[in-house]
Amino acid sequence: MAARLAELAAAQVLRHQRLPAALIVGGVLVIALIVIAALAQWIAPYPYDQMHIRDRFSPPSVHYLAGTDEYGRDVFSRLLYGSQLSLVLGVSATLISMGIGVPLGLIAGYRRGATDELIMRMLDLMLAFPPILLVLLILAVTPPSLMKTAIAIGVLAVAPIARVTRSVALDLMSGEFIEAARARGERLHYMLMRELLPNVWPVLMVEASLRVVFAVLLGAVLSFLGFGVQPPAADWGLMISNGRAFADTAPWISLAPGIALSITVIAVSLVGDGLREVLDPKLGGR
Amino acid sequence: MAVYVVRRFGAVLLIMVAMSVLVFLATHALPSNAAALILGQYSTPETQAALEHKLGFDLPLPVQYWHWARGILEGDIGQSLDQERPVAPMLWDAFGRSAILALSSLAVVAVLGLSLGVVAAVWRGRWPDHAASVLTYFGVSLPEFYWGLVFILVFCSTFHLLPSSGYANLSDGFGGFVAHLVLPVATLTLAFLAHVTRLTRSSMIEALESMYVKVARARGLPERLVILRHALRNALIPSITVLAQDFGFLIGGIVAVETVFAYPGLGRLLVEALQRQDLPVMQAAILVLTGVYCLANLAADLLYAVVNPRIRYGGSVG
Repeated sequence: MAARLAELAAAQVLRHQRLPAALIVGGVLVIALIVIAALAQWIAPYPYDQMHIRDRFSPPSVHYLAGTDEYGRDVFSRLLYGSQLSLVLGVSATLISMGIGVPLGLIAGYRRGATDELIMRMLDLMLAFPPILLVLLILAVTPPSLMKTAIAIGVLAVAPIARVTRSVALDLMSGEFIEAARARGERLHYMLMRELLPNVWPVLMVEASLRVVFAVLLGAVLSFLGFGVQPPAADWGLMISNGRAFADTAPWISLAPGIALSITVIAVSLVGDGLREVLDPKLGGR
Repeated sequence: MAVYVVRRFGAVLLIMVAMSVLVFLATHALPSNAAALILGQYSTPETQAALEHKLGFDLPLPVQYWHWARGILEGDIGQSLDQERPVAPMLWDAFGRSAILALSSLAVVAVLGLSLGVVAAVWRGRWPDHAASVLTYFGVSLPEFYWGLVFILVFCSTFHLLPSSGYANLSDGFGGFVAHLVLPVATLTLAFLAHVTRLTRSSMIEALESMYVKVARARGLPERLVILRHALRNALIPSITVLAQDFGFLIGGIVAVETVFAYPGLGRLLVEALQRQDLPVMQAAILVLTGVYCLANLAADLLYAVVNPRIRYGGSVG
């Protein structure tokens, strides 16, 4: 899967074409984010919930790189911890939507006919509901948790993922390798997983990067509105929301998490743009 | 075309019914006990049971749904549990204010998005193009509520130019009415500008490279006329349908933006009802927003069918 993309990228290097700058910059940023999230406990100057009562509302300084909040908690440390929540939410929501959407799309594209019709109509129905409202409703009537937010956001993105998968699978169906596999009498499972999936995968990676961005942003909106992760968690959306009350006197409390959020979103978007260029070099200038 | 329109209307009705069932079931899965919520801290199990009986909460679910749905169809949306007043007037006031916000944002997005797209296409690869793409990138890389916050910090806290929150009636003066709208509209515009701009840019580039534009140029028409009368007119079609689609997404954006600016619209009404678990308000607000969303999608589809004959005459799109 990822190996196939690496292959494509390697082929591009061998053809003496440069890798797109977007992919390199975005890739470096994303890797840095993952490292930060993984090591947050060790690199954060303070625990995310440690209060320094004497240093409430300290502006950014050498001691507190991004200042402190209304409880005297170190905003910078909370940013580092918050990267864990954002990445976990983005990745798990995307995994959920791909886990459901990709098989549906593959089957629809492979079987065509009535199966295709049934699956596509179901997806149309899902898309007909106003997305945010459903998520809000589900999160408001049940006790909030990170995993529930991830599931709700993940289910939202099933339809677009399945549609992309289906359209790529439909294109592939006319390929000779499919005919060859059919002539060998391969089973459905083999056809889907071994013949179609590896070829659909590169396009899915581009789509997945879009979905991670979408999930991170929507997750921030939900916790901003109070329906996502609950305090005292160091969630970026929650931090922005809490800092609003002190925006006049201590703007760093809500500005800093926004900057972290935008770096994450831009990094993942750049990877997506870069991947798209690797897959289809013609798109580069458009 | 008539068959297509009827079928799409049928689909909208079906979705409204499905959504009403979903809303009804979801609100009945609430962890808190509505009767206990209304009666407050001095309630006893007996008074709670009595109120549940009075409100009909002890009837079987399908019967309750039937009473509720019939009430809505007859125009009785119920009483707010939290504020103890009828939901309908609250809802319509909020709806009107949200409509003002949404429609003015849509107008600004349309004018700004189309012009930016055209400018970016005409000066492709040069600084106007790059400037437009940076602006749109900014808009989509942060959630709308964050831009709202930044705007408040800059224009209200620092420069004291505009009110940071609330709403002013048009009857109390035009200046105040507009001043309260500027920042929410700017925030929503920033969030939705990218889509229209990018699409207009790419369809405009396509149009500028087309045969009919070459012919128009060869006939010696002034470049301004070539761009506005020949290229733009054809490039507009996809942009207009995307605008109609985006209107549906605007509803999601409105929830967050109204919360940031304490703008008393439908989105804020819904968020407050969800936070206070005010069932009737919650149900009504979600149903109204769903209806608007479905109708916006319907309008987008019909508009697309009007400009695209393949859909108008083919029966394959449901």
